[in-house]
Amino acid sequence: MAGGRTARRRGAAGQGSWWAGSPGLLYLIGLVLAPLVIVLVYSFLSRAKLGVGVKWVFSLQSYVDLFYFESLAGGRTFDPTYLQIFWTSFVYALITALVCLLLSIPIATWIATRPAHVRMALIFLVTIPFWTSLLIRTYAFVIILNDNGPINGALTGTGLLAEPIPMLYTPFATVVGLVYAFLPFMILPIYASAERFDFRLAEAAYDLGAARWTVLRRIVLPAVRPGIIAGMVLVFIPALGSYLAPELLGGGKTSMIANVIAAQFGASRNWPFGAALSVMVLVITLLVLVVFAALARRVSRTNGRSSWEALL
Amino acid sequence: MGSALSIREVTKVFPTPEGGEVKALDRVSLEVEDGTFMVLLGPSGCGKTTLLRCIAGLEAHDSGEIDLHGSRIDDVPVWKRRVNTVFQSYALFPHMTVAKNIAFGLEMDGMAKADIDSRVESTLELVRLAGLGARRPSQLSGGQQQRVALARALAKEPEVLLLDEPLSALDLKLRRGMQLELKRLQRQTNITFILVTHDQEEAMAMGDQVAVFDSGQIVQTGPPREVYLSPRTRFVADFIGEANVLSAQAGATGLEIEGFGVLPADCLADAAADSGPGGTIYLAVRPENVTVEADEVGNGTIVDVTFVGGDVHLTVQLGAIRITARRPSTGTANDERTIAEGDRVRVGFRPQSVRIVEE
Repeated sequence: MAGGRTARRRGAAGQGSWWAGSPGLLYLIGLVLAPLVIVLVYSFLSRAKLGVGVKWVFSLQSYVDLFYFESLAGGRTFDPTYLQIFWTSFVYALITALVCLLLSIPIATWIATRPAHVRMALIFLVTIPFWTSLLIRTYAFVIILNDNGPINGALTGTGLLAEPIPMLYTPFATVVGLVYAFLPFMILPIYASAERFDFRLAEAAYDLGAARWTVLRRIVLPAVRPGIIAGMVLVFIPALGSYLAPELLGGGKTSMIANVIAAQFGASRNWPFGAALSVMVLVITLLVLVVFAALARRVSRTNGRSSWEALL
Repeated sequence: MGSALSIREVTKVFPTPEGGEVKALDRVSLEVEDGTFMVLLGPSGCGKTTLLRCIAGLEAHDSGEIDLHGSRIDDVPVWKRRVNTVFQSYALFPHMTVAKNIAFGLEMDGMAKADIDSRVESTLELVRLAGLGARRPSQLSGGQQQRVALARALAKEPEVLLLDEPLSALDLKLRRGMQLELKRLQRQTNITFILVTHDQEEAMAMGDQVAVFDSGQIVQTGPPREVYLSPRTRFVADFIGEANVLSAQAGATGLEIEGFGVLPADCLADAAADSGPGGTIYLAVRPENVTVEADEVGNGTIVDVTFVGGDVHLTVQLGAIRITARRPSTGTANDERTIAEGDRVRVGFRPQSVRIVEE
């Protein structure tokens, strides 16, 4: 029974020895689970005397501080400052994801309809920004957007404008930086969907009497919807926690939640509060993921093909 | 009966990747009678699919005119033409059920919901898929998907139905069945069908009319029987069925046929003489019309014997040329004798079975 023996030795797909998965397991425990537990535990501890580190005394003070302002006299008043920052971050991330989506649909479908060798070259170009650190690329936008930068220079130089438009250190600059940073994460999944799209389906729809807009809405869009959902997740979630663009381009004026958290571990010296803010970000992220997972499940049900749930 | 579709001098040129040009359609003209089953037949790359796409409006021709029931449709966009296509790949919408696929085209016509439902139902019955409306295309077999593609196009009751190699993805047995099915559907609906195929047997089996394509041109149009029995050119003789094409020259003593020697002057010789002194004509002889008799002092030698079931194919070396002959594998006493490679034989043909074809 040689056949039976080899079958037993090899086992069914995905049923290897438990230790075969140990590097992955170690990675998850050491680099994902442990930091999360540390953050969670810190958020329930007290502020250390000098603000560096924590005092091992259980406290809900950090969570109270999220919503209330406590005067020195001990009076508590509702304080929307941090909720406001969460909301701003949420809006910025959403705007970023939507702008990326609007740009990516035409870009990705255009790339997907080029001949194979051109397609490869274009995808290569999309990934080129990853070769340089995001920090350096974000600094580049400081140069591009400032009052003496090339855009304002061109506008005033040609006489179109008398005064340069202040762009740097505005919410606009933050969004520009965010869109720039995350655009490839939207283009690539949509491209992956669009590239698999069978354009003969569009021809069939035309043939059956559908005009252009209807073909796009009823045939092309459902086919690229999994890519759109994946792209929205890949852009929205990192955008929500982004630090560089609001810091360097928003000029600290348009703080997003990551900047506030960074401040708690730095200048403000309140680690437990920083940890509590982080936990809040985590909760919001998970809620958003649940919404997207539900969307993806609906799409995969109506599409009857490979789902993107695994990715989520 | 009037003309459902009239195509006049349609030309379509495609650029090649090397920077050249290829004429996919070269001044093609074709009349398709209302309610007929027209088959466009030709080898791949001959332009037949391009013509179909020009009729559908998926491709714009460079010059010429296409009329649908008397009105010109060249500038009518694809979605407004009362013409529908069954695609080679079926092109069923994967995210819609079978019923939704069929309903799609009807919705585009702005048909009322209740009418759509009953039309979808009756069309599914027509293609014998009743009860499968709720399935997805991925849950159907190839043959069933083919029927859905048919139903989707037929539901719109087009003036002309275009079928682009619809059976090429099916296995042989299923294909035979679908050929009969398509013919039945055409008779039943009385819609004009234009079907593209490279399979000459399929063309013969289904078409009321066959138009044979050769490198961007229609070389012969007619009922399948006529095209088979009287091929106009060497290409048609060769493409529709098999044919031995022999060159022949009118000499002083009669017609000198390549491999066979001189034949006494007769009508064939006259035809050869008409093409000028010493003019060459081409004769097409079907393999079933070639006679092969065992003869020790015959003019040919058997070089190959292939048994293909009902028939035996014989290849005979005749001087410098090779002739293919075909005869039933069973039946007459003569066939009991095994013909083997190397046998000397006498090869001949009945003069009345010979057709003169253009080069």
